[in-house]
Amino acid sequence: MTRMADSDAAQVALVLGGDRDAFRVLVERHSRRLFRLAYRMTGNEQDAEEIVQDALVRAYRRLDRFEQRANFGTWLYRICANCALDRMRKQRTEDVHREHAPAPEDDAQGPLETAASEAPGPERLALSGELGQGVRTAMNSLSATERAAFVMRHVDGHSIEEIAEALGLNIGATKNSVFRAVQKLRRHLEPLVSTAR
Amino acid sequence: MNHPDEQRLMEFAAGDARDAKAIEQHLGECAACRESVESVRRVVAAASAMEVPEPDGSFEARMWRGVRAEMEPRRATAGWREWFSARRLAAATAMAAVVLAAFLAGRFWPRPAESPAPVAAVTPQVKERILLVAVGDHLDRAQSILLEISNAEPAAGARDKNVDISHEQKRAGELLGANRLYRQTALRNGDAPVADVLDELEPLLVELANGPAQVPASALEALQKRIAARGLLLKVRVVSSNVREKERTAVEQGRNSS
Repeated sequence: MTRMADSDAAQVALVLGGDRDAFRVLVERHSRRLFRLAYRMTGNEQDAEEIVQDALVRAYRRLDRFEQRANFGTWLYRICANCALDRMRKQRTEDVHREHAPAPEDDAQGPLETAASEAPGPERLALSGELGQGVRTAMNSLSATERAAFVMRHVDGHSIEEIAEALGLNIGATKNSVFRAVQKLRRHLEPLVSTAR
Repeated sequence: MNHPDEQRLMEFAAGDARDAKAIEQHLGECAACRESVESVRRVVAAASAMEVPEPDGSFEARMWRGVRAEMEPRRATAGWREWFSARRLAAATAMAAVVLAAFLAGRFWPRPAESPAPVAAVTPQVKERILLVAVGDHLDRAQSILLEISNAEPAAGARDKNVDISHEQKRAGELLGANRLYRQTALRNGDAPVADVLDELEPLLVELANGPAQVPASALEALQKRIAARGLLLKVRVVSSNVREKERTAVEQGRNSS
């Protein structure tokens, strides 16, 4: 176990012993990393901040379920990923209700996806040379699960097994989510990255 | 070897392929598949490089304040600490909040048309700061209840069953008394944004505090829609942020004048 993990475990023990303020150290130590995960999953600063808040509260309430042998940072990361997924799915449901639209075929169509469908197509984006906007649009075309799996695999470098455990999926479904994510991103971004070369 | 399919090439590009050696050998002979792998790597690199804004310097403090507002005392050991059960402390906290709110509302908030408050030892600036902190904390707590309700959902596979909102119900009851007093005080002092948002919060707190602890999923959904339709969460967040800003300004002014 690393020094940081040891230190986290000591703080957790303090909180469980009744020292609530000891949780502050954990909040200060991990919040920014959680924010980066939540932002990459939602693409929205305000949503990301609320997700981090939600994840920290959830972690505090479940602290007695945390196993001291585990890594607190990893445990918190998983909680945050699931909070972000919950939020994205909920937004999708609300959006569907609001629009009175028929239910999508699978979980691939959310509010972010709706925005993506209204956004300029890859050709226009390639012509405008706006790679950053293209990346946002491409990320928005992913379902909540695909986006989570992609971020966890390709940005944060987690293994398929770790992602499967964090998201409560089996290995096959996790591989498929990452595959579908890359496939969709490729469809959107290939013209842009080819132009940018 | 035949051309590997798209999924195998993508897995190879990510280092996840089981038959990596065979694919690598094929790539040495097949320009099209080699280009496909390169393309995947370029796309993944571009998507992974998505810029993430850095939160401001008070981000951690904000997060901690939100968590702290949600905390209930943990019982470390049995014995005398047992007397301070979560329920008793919550009730005591609620009572203390009401007493503090009444005290502040009646004595602290400056009232231009009236004679000076009889608390000579505390300056108006300090009084204002205390009140701002109290209102800010109150709004933080209200915000977290709204968040909990907005994010609540029936357990998977239990869509037809009731949802337990007893935790939110209890906290709404704790906030109700203070909410009324802060609203009346804000009204008296012409602070319309604070008064308005507290006014909008009040019926919701009443409904939550006096309603059932278990609600059908449909009722919860209706409540969530009402909160969303009124933009209540955003309003509370904006007013809370303004109050915190005033609080910071008041602290800085206090420092400068001392």
